[in-house]
Amino acid sequence: MKPRLLTSCLLFVVGLFIYSGCGNATNQGALNTSSAAEKVYVAPGEHDEFYAFLSGGFSGQLSVYGLPSARLLKIIPVFAVDGEKGYGFNEETKPMLNSSYGFIPWDDAHHPELSQTNGVPDGRYVFINGNNTPRVAKIDLSVFETTEIIEIPNSGGNHSSPFTTENSEYVVAGTRFSVPIPQEDVAIDSYKDNFKGALTFIGLDDEGHMDINFQVLVPGYDYDLAHSGKGKSHGWMFFTTYNTEESHTLKEVNASQNDKDFIAAVNWKKAEEYLAEGKAKDFPTSYLINRYDETTHTATSITRNSVKVLIPEECPGLIYYLPTPKSPHGVDVDPTGEYIVGNGKLSADLTVHSFDKMIAAIENESFEGEVDGIPILKFEDVVAGTVASGGLGPLHTEFDAEGNAYTTFFISSEVVKWKVGTWEVLDRAPCYYSVGHLMIPGGDSRQPWGKYLVAMNKITKDRYLPTGPEMNHSAQLFDISGDKMELLLDFPTVGEPHYAQGIAADVVKANSKKIYPINENEHPHVIRQEADARVVREGDVVRIYMTSIRSHFTPDNIEGIKVGDKVYIHLTNLEQDWDTPHGVSVLGANNAELLVMPGQTETLYWEPTKPGVYPFYCTDFCSALHQEMQGYIRVSGRGSNVELSWSVGE
Amino acid sequence: MLLAALALLLLFVFPLWSITLTAPQYPHGVSMYIWINQITGDTEFTLQNINILNHYVGMKYIEPDSIPELTYFPYIVGAMTGLGLIASFARSRKVYLAWGIVLVILGGLGIYDFYLWEYDYGHNLSPTAPIKVPGMAYQPPLLGSKMLLNFKADSYPHWGGLFLALSIFGSFWAFLKGKKKNKAARSEAFRTTTTENHLQAS
Ligand SMILES: [Cu+2]
Repeated sequence: MKPRLLTSCLLFVVGLFIYSGCGNATNQGALNTSSAAEKVYVAPGEHDEFYAFLSGGFSGQLSVYGLPSARLLKIIPVFAVDGEKGYGFNEETKPMLNSSYGFIPWDDAHHPELSQTNGVPDGRYVFINGNNTPRVAKIDLSVFETTEIIEIPNSGGNHSSPFTTENSEYVVAGTRFSVPIPQEDVAIDSYKDNFKGALTFIGLDDEGHMDINFQVLVPGYDYDLAHSGKGKSHGWMFFTTYNTEESHTLKEVNASQNDKDFIAAVNWKKAEEYLAEGKAKDFPTSYLINRYDETTHTATSITRNSVKVLIPEECPGLIYYLPTPKSPHGVDVDPTGEYIVGNGKLSADLTVHSFDKMIAAIENESFEGEVDGIPILKFEDVVAGTVASGGLGPLHTEFDAEGNAYTTFFISSEVVKWKVGTWEVLDRAPCYYSVGHLMIPGGDSRQPWGKYLVAMNKITKDRYLPTGPEMNHSAQLFDISGDKMELLLDFPTVGEPHYAQGIAADVVKANSKKIYPINENEHPHVIRQEADARVVREGDVVRIYMTSIRSHFTPDNIEGIKVGDKVYIHLTNLEQDWDTPHGVSVLGANNAELLVMPGQTETLYWEPTKPGVYPFYCTDFCSALHQEMQGYIRVSGRGSNVELSWSVGE
Repeated sequence: MLLAALALLLLFVFPLWSITLTAPQYPHGVSMYIWINQITGDTEFTLQNINILNHYVGMKYIEPDSIPELTYFPYIVGAMTGLGLIASFARSRKVYLAWGIVLVILGGLGIYDFYLWEYDYGHNLSPTAPIKVPGMAYQPPLLGSKMLLNFKADSYPHWGGLFLALSIFGSFWAFLKGKKKNKAARSEAFRTTTTENHLQAS
C-alpha cells in the first residue's frame, strides 16, 4: 500500500505543477488562439466545408452544424415532438411517432449514421436510433426531414444502432438491454433463463424504404455498439457486448466482473443464405413502420405482425464471439477492413483484432468454447495488437486517411492518436471534459476526409458562461491535418450529442430542395388555387380548405363553427419561392402551430370549447405585410344556427 | 440576305429582352424574359413570384394570356421571315433595303409597344395598394438600370433582340454589298498595285 500512496502523492504534485504551468485558464487548450480563430472563420455569406450531424441525445432530435465554423444550421425533429415545426402536432406528422405502444412524443437519439455507397458516405440519408423505445429513423438529405421511423421488436434499449453496411444493404439495431423474447410477464431474477438479445438487420428496398429482413437471437448480454466490416471484411457486422455475466441488478458491479466480454461477429451474407433456405423462424410480434410520403406530405403507419428470426444453434457459421477485455464499448473497423478495434472501457489499453486471423481461426475451428451455439474464438488467435495508450477508459475510435487512429478516453479525458499496425502512440490532446464519442468526417468509412476531429464531451462545467445547474454539453473541434492535434474551438450542442457524422458539403448541398412543386402535391386535402378555398361540414367535422400566399389567408373570415366541432384547418402554402414558409396558429387551440413549406399542405386540428371570435395569424415573418396576415374564426354555441360561411376581402 | 431572313426564326428560340430584378433578399436576381410569344422566368414560378412582389405597390398581375401582342407577334415575325426569303431569291438590292426598313419600323413599333406596357404596369397602380410612395412609379427602364424602391431593375436585349438587330444589319449589308459589286473591278486593280508596292518595300 505504501509505495502506491507515495506514487499518487507524487502524481498529485506533478499534476499541480502542470496545472499551474498552464497558466491562463481562459485560454485552456488552444495553443495559438489567433491561428485557431482563422482556421474556423467562415466569412459571412460563405459556406462551411463539411456538414456535421450531431445526435441530440435526450432531446430526441438531430442537429446539423457546419464545420469548421460550428454554426448551427438546423435542428431536425426526429423522435420528439417539436412545436417549432409542428412536428408530431400536425395531423400529417403525428403518425411518425406511432408505435405498437401508441403515440410516443419523445425518445433518446444516439447515433447518426450516413448512408454509404461503396463504403463511402453518399449524402442520401442519415439514420439515427431511438434508444428508449427501440426505433430507427431515416432522414432524407434532399429535404433534411425525417421521412421514416421503424420500430424494433424483441429489443430493449436500441443502442448498437443504426450502423450501416458498405452499400447500406442493412442498417443494424442491436439490443442493449436483453428482454424476454417474446415479451412476457416473468420474474426479473429469472434473467438467465428467460432473457435474450436480438440483433436486427433492417434492409432498404430500391425506394429506400426500411423493413426488418431478419433478427439473430443471441444470449442475454448487453449489445453495446456496432460497426460493419468494409473492403475484405464486407459481409460481416461486429457488435460489442458487456454483461456477459448476465446480471440483472447493480450492473455497475455485477456486469464488470468478467475479465473479457465479447465482440460478436455476424456473417450477414451467411444469414442471407439461411434466409433463402427457409431456416428463419417467424416470431409473432408487433411493430410499426411509419413512412412520410413527400407527395402526399403525409405519414402513414404500417403494422407488421411477425419477424424472421435466425437461431445460431441452427445456423452454423452465422455468428462468432471474439473475447475482448474489459466491457468493450465502441467497436471500430479501420478503413482497410482488416483491424477491428475493441475499446475496453474499463481498461487502459485498446485491443485490436485482425479480420484475417479471425477468418483463419474460424477455418481451423480453433474454438475455446461455445454459448448457445455460438463458437468462442481464442483471444490469442484473433488479437493483432494492443495499444498501450497511457490513458484510461477508451470508448470510441475513428480514423483519418493517413493510417492513423484516434481514440477517446472518458476517464483520462483525452483523445489519443496512434498508428494502425504499429500500435504506437503518436500524440494526445486533453478534452474538456470527459469525452464520449468523436467524429472525423468519413472517419468510420473506407475513405475518411480527415482534416477535422470533433470530440463530444459529457461534462461542461466552466467552459462557457454559466446557465444554472443545467448546461449544454460541449463539443470541441480539432485540426488533425498536422502531426499534432490542434484544438480550434469549443461549441455548445443540443441535448447530448452521442455520436456524429460528417460529410463534405458538396456531396449533399447540390441536392437540397428549395420548394415542393405544388403541382406534385397529392395531399388528400390540397387546394391548388384560392378559388378552391372553402369550408365543408360533415356532421360535427368541419374542414377548412385554406391557402396562404404573401400576405393573406384565403378564407380569412369564417363563421358557422360551433363549440364541440372537430375542426381541421388544411392549409396549403401556394408559394413557390425559396424560403417562403407560412405558419398558422389559432388562439386557444390545444395544439402547436403549423409551419407550411412552399407547395406543402398541413393540417391543424382544433376543438373549440367556448363561443367567441378567434383570431388566427401567420407565425413565420413572411413579408412586409406579415403582421397583416391574420383572420378570424367565429365560434357559436352548440345549438346556434349561424350559417357556415367564409370569405376574404369582402 | 438569306441569313438575315433565317435569323428572324431564332426569335422563336430565344427571348427578345430580359428584365432582371436584384435586391438584398434576391442576391442572384430574379429574371423575366420577354419573347415574341411568351413571358418566362428563371423557373416556371418566377412570374408568380414577381407578381407577389409587385402587388405590394399595387402593380397589375403580369398575365401573358392578357397580352394580345404575344398572340399576333409570332405571325408578324413568321410573315417577315417569309417575305425575307422571297426577297433573298429576288436578288434585288432595293427589295433588301425595303425589307430592312420595314423590319426597322416593326422593331421600333415593338419597342414602343413594350414601352407602353412597361408604362402601364409602372404607372397604372391600384389605389388600394398596401405600399404607396408618393410620386413613385415602377416602370422598369427600356434599356439600362434603374432603382425601383429596393429593387435594381436591369433591362437589356437578350439573344432574340440581338438576332433581330443582326437580321436588320444583314439586310442592310446585303444592300451595301450589292452596291460594292459594281465598284469591284476598280478596287481590284487598286489592291493589286498596293500589294506589289508593299512587297518591293520589304
Ligand atoms: Cu405569412
